[in-house]
Amino acid sequence: MPQIVFQGHNYYRDDKESVLDSLTRHGVPVPSSCRSGICQSCVMKAVHGQPPEQAQRGLGATQRAQGYFLACVCVPTGDLEVALPDEDVAARAMTRVLGKKPLSRDIMQVLLDCPNGWDYHPGQFIKLHRSDGLIRNYSLASVPQLNEPLELHVHRLPGGQMSEWIHDQLQVGEAVEVSAPAGECFYLPGQPHQGLLLIGTGCGLAPLWGIARDALQQGHSGPIEIFHGSREEGGLYLMDEILEMQGRYSNVHYTACVSGPDVPEGYAAGRVEQVALARVPKLAGWRVFLCGHPEMVKLTKRKTFLAGAAMKEIFADPFVMANQACALLE
Amino acid sequence: MSSVYEKIGGEGAVNVAVDIFYRKVLNDDRISRFFEGVDMEKQAGKQKAFLTMALGGPHHYTGKDMRAAHAPLLKMGMNDTHFDAVMEHLGATLKELNVPDELIAEAAAIAESTRNDVLGR
Repeated sequence: MPQIVFQGHNYYRDDKESVLDSLTRHGVPVPSSCRSGICQSCVMKAVHGQPPEQAQRGLGATQRAQGYFLACVCVPTGDLEVALPDEDVAARAMTRVLGKKPLSRDIMQVLLDCPNGWDYHPGQFIKLHRSDGLIRNYSLASVPQLNEPLELHVHRLPGGQMSEWIHDQLQVGEAVEVSAPAGECFYLPGQPHQGLLLIGTGCGLAPLWGIARDALQQGHSGPIEIFHGSREEGGLYLMDEILEMQGRYSNVHYTACVSGPDVPEGYAAGRVEQVALARVPKLAGWRVFLCGHPEMVKLTKRKTFLAGAAMKEIFADPFVMANQACALLE
Repeated sequence: MSSVYEKIGGEGAVNVAVDIFYRKVLNDDRISRFFEGVDMEKQAGKQKAFLTMALGGPHHYTGKDMRAAHAPLLKMGMNDTHFDAVMEHLGATLKELNVPDELIAEAAAIAESTRNDVLGR
């Protein structure tokens, strides 16, 4: 008898029953609304097994690539292990710190040995598990095809438990536990001439740096517009490397943005999303990547959509801080 | 007898329509406040389900679902004028996609039939 595995329990299914109906029948609460495969309230993730293609229709390409599906129209052909989208199902591994290098006053580059067999897309994130149970997410700036170690950019937050520990105490050579990469904010090939708009604040540059390099090494020839913003000049980093990329690739264009009062020569003045939309006001056909401050990401999702970018072409990676996340849960 | 949904191209047509429709809604100051703070992608999914329903496509919404979903908006002051605004955008979207007038009228009639449930009457 076909079965569904969810949170360690086996649930037997009736043959023609959808995953939503099976789990609901067993008293498992799964959100739903239209029950017709359209509104995506019932989205779940296949952890083992392959959901039928029919059950993935309407989901974004990066979501489909990770096994997300719509439970209300998913009638599996075989056994399936499933999870709700925000459940922590990623495999864990021990790894080692290979390097630490300050990239600016507040931002530290941390290099971790990539665990065996881990494949990922630059722009996805891993979880760092400290031995006392503290967990934080960090986006990946590295590109696996270039045989690089995992690269994180860690911003030292005043009072930040994990970031202060990483900056001040974590040693090169030390072992750390990480969860396998997850997330939907990454580049997929298929439209090499498409315009890519990359907007980031602070260490939101990490996933964007990975995405830009990923796109280029996959032969992306369309314009790649990179906008990085901070309140002040000291908040920007990697400028030499991005300018070097701009010099080497004629389709790359970089704009450093400062939103505070002291705007150095050669920098754009204003909030990063304002500068970006002033320079690239019509976004029909573009793909947009937004990473960093959650307010910027939320606002800019809406603005880029209203400027013509299709909903399915907007990829967001908001860096919600731990205390904000707790406030949201209360 | 096929539905408007089928006649205009089914899911593919709705995928194109939903972004156009949702942009019109968010750009309309009369109703954009009802979409403040809402997760844009989740809301777009609901718009897609609404358009599918309005076009006579597959859905399982009941009158009770529509009432429950819109009840919080009634508290925010939602009324007939706001429902009318959304109807306008439905028509304008279908017009932009070159849907024939008689099919637009069919879709409008289906959407109109939800008015009392949406407005909790």
